[in-house]
Amino acid sequence: MKALYEKPKTFIDTPTHFCPGCGHGIVLRLIAEIIDAWGIRGKTIGLAPVGCAVLAYNYLDIDMCEAAHGRPPAVATGIKRVHPDHVVFAYQGDGDLAAIGTAEIIHAANRGENITFIFVNNAVYGMTNGQMAPTTLVGQKTATTPSGRDSINYGHPIRVCELLSVLGGSSYLERVSLSSPENVRKTKKALEKGFKTQIEKRGFSLIEILSPCPIYWRMDANEAMRHIDEEMSKTFPLGVVKDWTQ
Amino acid sequence: MNSCLPTDITERIILAGFGGQGMMLLGKLIAQAAMIDGKKVTYFPSYGTEVRGGTAVYHLIISNNEIFSPIIEEADTLIVMNQPSYQKFKGMLKAGGLLLLNTSMIKSDNFPDAKIYEVPATEIASKLGNVLVSNIVMLGAYLAIKKLFSPNLILEQLQGMLKAKKGNLFAINKQALERGLHLIESIHHPYVR
Amino acid sequence: MKQLMTGNEAAAEAAIVAGCRYYYGYPITPQNELINYMSMRMPQIGGSFIQAESEIAAINMVYGSAAAGARAMTSSSSPGISLKQEGISYLAGSELPCVIVNIQRGGPGLGDISASQADYFQAVKGGGHGDYHTIVLAPSSVQEMADLVYDAFDLADKYRNPVMILGDAQIGQLMEPMEFHKRPKKNLPQKTWSLTGAEGRKRNIVKSFYPVKGQLEEFNAHLQRKYKAIEEHEVRYETVNTHKADIVLVAYGTSARVCADVVRKSRQLEFKVGLIRPITLWPFPKEIIRKISEKVQCILTVEMSAGQMVEDVRLAVEGKCPVHFYGRTGGGVPTSTQVIKKIVEVVPDNLANTLLQLAEVR
Repeated sequence: MKALYEKPKTFIDTPTHFCPGCGHGIVLRLIAEIIDAWGIRGKTIGLAPVGCAVLAYNYLDIDMCEAAHGRPPAVATGIKRVHPDHVVFAYQGDGDLAAIGTAEIIHAANRGENITFIFVNNAVYGMTNGQMAPTTLVGQKTATTPSGRDSINYGHPIRVCELLSVLGGSSYLERVSLSSPENVRKTKKALEKGFKTQIEKRGFSLIEILSPCPIYWRMDANEAMRHIDEEMSKTFPLGVVKDWTQ
Repeated sequence: MNSCLPTDITERIILAGFGGQGMMLLGKLIAQAAMIDGKKVTYFPSYGTEVRGGTAVYHLIISNNEIFSPIIEEADTLIVMNQPSYQKFKGMLKAGGLLLLNTSMIKSDNFPDAKIYEVPATEIASKLGNVLVSNIVMLGAYLAIKKLFSPNLILEQLQGMLKAKKGNLFAINKQALERGLHLIESIHHPYVR
Repeated sequence: MKQLMTGNEAAAEAAIVAGCRYYYGYPITPQNELINYMSMRMPQIGGSFIQAESEIAAINMVYGSAAAGARAMTSSSSPGISLKQEGISYLAGSELPCVIVNIQRGGPGLGDISASQADYFQAVKGGGHGDYHTIVLAPSSVQEMADLVYDAFDLADKYRNPVMILGDAQIGQLMEPMEFHKRPKKNLPQKTWSLTGAEGRKRNIVKSFYPVKGQLEEFNAHLQRKYKAIEEHEVRYETVNTHKADIVLVAYGTSARVCADVVRKSRQLEFKVGLIRPITLWPFPKEIIRKISEKVQCILTVEMSAGQMVEDVRLAVEGKCPVHFYGRTGGGVPTSTQVIKKIVEVVPDNLANTLLQLAEVR
């Protein structure tokens, strides 16, 4: 009998620490599927950030490295320089990548480091109880913007793909979402494109994934998915932001 | 080697000038010659925040014995290329020490108790066609006075350093060294106060 | 063959001789000769040089290359080393071998660019957060800078621990004749823990995160056992004239050179001055200091700080003799005359006065 749906071999069979309705599990599974399908487990090295995805190494059966908060682009650079023919990816959240690690991601992109960045944007700090993230929407209530983010005091949501697109070193930048099965399939395609960019040595790639956080968005899972489509995608339009791989 | 450094003698040289006057190279040439000659050497730069202009000062110690602190408290020799350096460092020269002045840029004053040699190094270098070799003119003068090493040892160092560069830089440096040497050899008695 | 090199350049070339092919740095005076040298040399030998966007990025690049199993180094000076402390704590917590060079300058804050030893506490007491130690080596000459940088890589690999070279602006910029010695290859453990891709083996994880209750305490106990082994086996120091000394000076690096001069000047006197020069600042040579403290009138610690190492000297001495301190701060380097004056001040022995005349000895 042919199995139609299986757990990827690279995806470790263990309960995750993610909250119900969280998008991280989907993204990690997609990465595992690609590693299996392409047979690259033995030459892939991943980086886990600080934040909700800190335990990513508990779920992926590959060599993995922790990095200090915001520093995955620098650590990944150090790894990639030693193993230029390996597939190196960094898995980062919005606080990690777009707040404390802003300098590191900008300069990794600007150097054109041949690394794939997987940027999970859920517009909130989940691990620390739902504070404002650099990508929190204007008006969004969080633990540190109790009456909603107002741009006069708290600034504007940072559009990472657009920000990095002006740098000469960035090659492939795409924003996708997890809001529907169709969008999840597109996310997988985008991740494949990111890894392919690296394997073909075409330089820096970053896939930004709009991902639900029902707990700190104070919504149920369905509402959270609708919120991505109806609200989040207005601030963070989906699509390929830059493609210099041709 | 033509080493003239007797046993148990230590030569402490302070070199000072504008940043860009080539004091670094002047000291390095002496230091390398001393090293090749088997001496103990320390060479310590002490520069300010300016890359050009400002005062650059270098402490160079050559000895037959172990050298402890590379910082000179009292110099046997002071080689100064400009007025501010002279004002700033003349107090560090020991009584009866050697004072080499670039008189193109320094007005000599009533400095007491030193063997003073006046070398118009900048003028000589300009006449040779490159003001940048004023440091080498000074080096020639110093070698003629202290006779620590043969000028050929210095010329070998210079040749090694300049061989990668274009043009006949070596030729003009050699001329500068010779002018410095001859200038001193033509003065029989230093101006001693 | 001997060559004239600055301490900074010697540190860089020694790292290359030791097999370091990954260097990441950020410009800061007085260690610029080191980063400049690496930018020139690394491409020549197929190594990797990155001028990082910050000291923080540089130390994390070191973290990455060390995790990938390579010999990696960064260098900086005091303010930059402060920035690296987060990374150093993670390196210690992930047990990654690497070498960090600190060419100390005056502080606090931006301070100045002249020689200082005011980062002693930061270097030997951990520096970042958590219960950890870096091995700290303090060279006092350009030759020793090269030798210690070479050894630092071996020590780092042997113990899976970051090693810091604690120099200062004087050692970094000083030029002295030096040479690179050939060394026998050490038997060092294989880096089976490193990240090379999990081809045909179980995956490796490099991390310092232990969220399950009890695991972190167990890991810390492991670290402490390792530190104890380092304290037992890796202490290095030099003693000069300590046999029959009336007073012993304790100083490292640049200060120790000044003190060695004082020892030399006192050789012909009845009043004997000795010197203990710690080469490893952590592990600290407390055993030898304690032993010698039982036989001398007193100890004088000389530092370019307001008094940091003197605390470790006092802990080692355990009150067996008085421990005095002479320090210069803010970029000042002590002179032998100043040290002699301090000796005369602290020694209740008239003989010490004869030393004062010696201050004139050159």
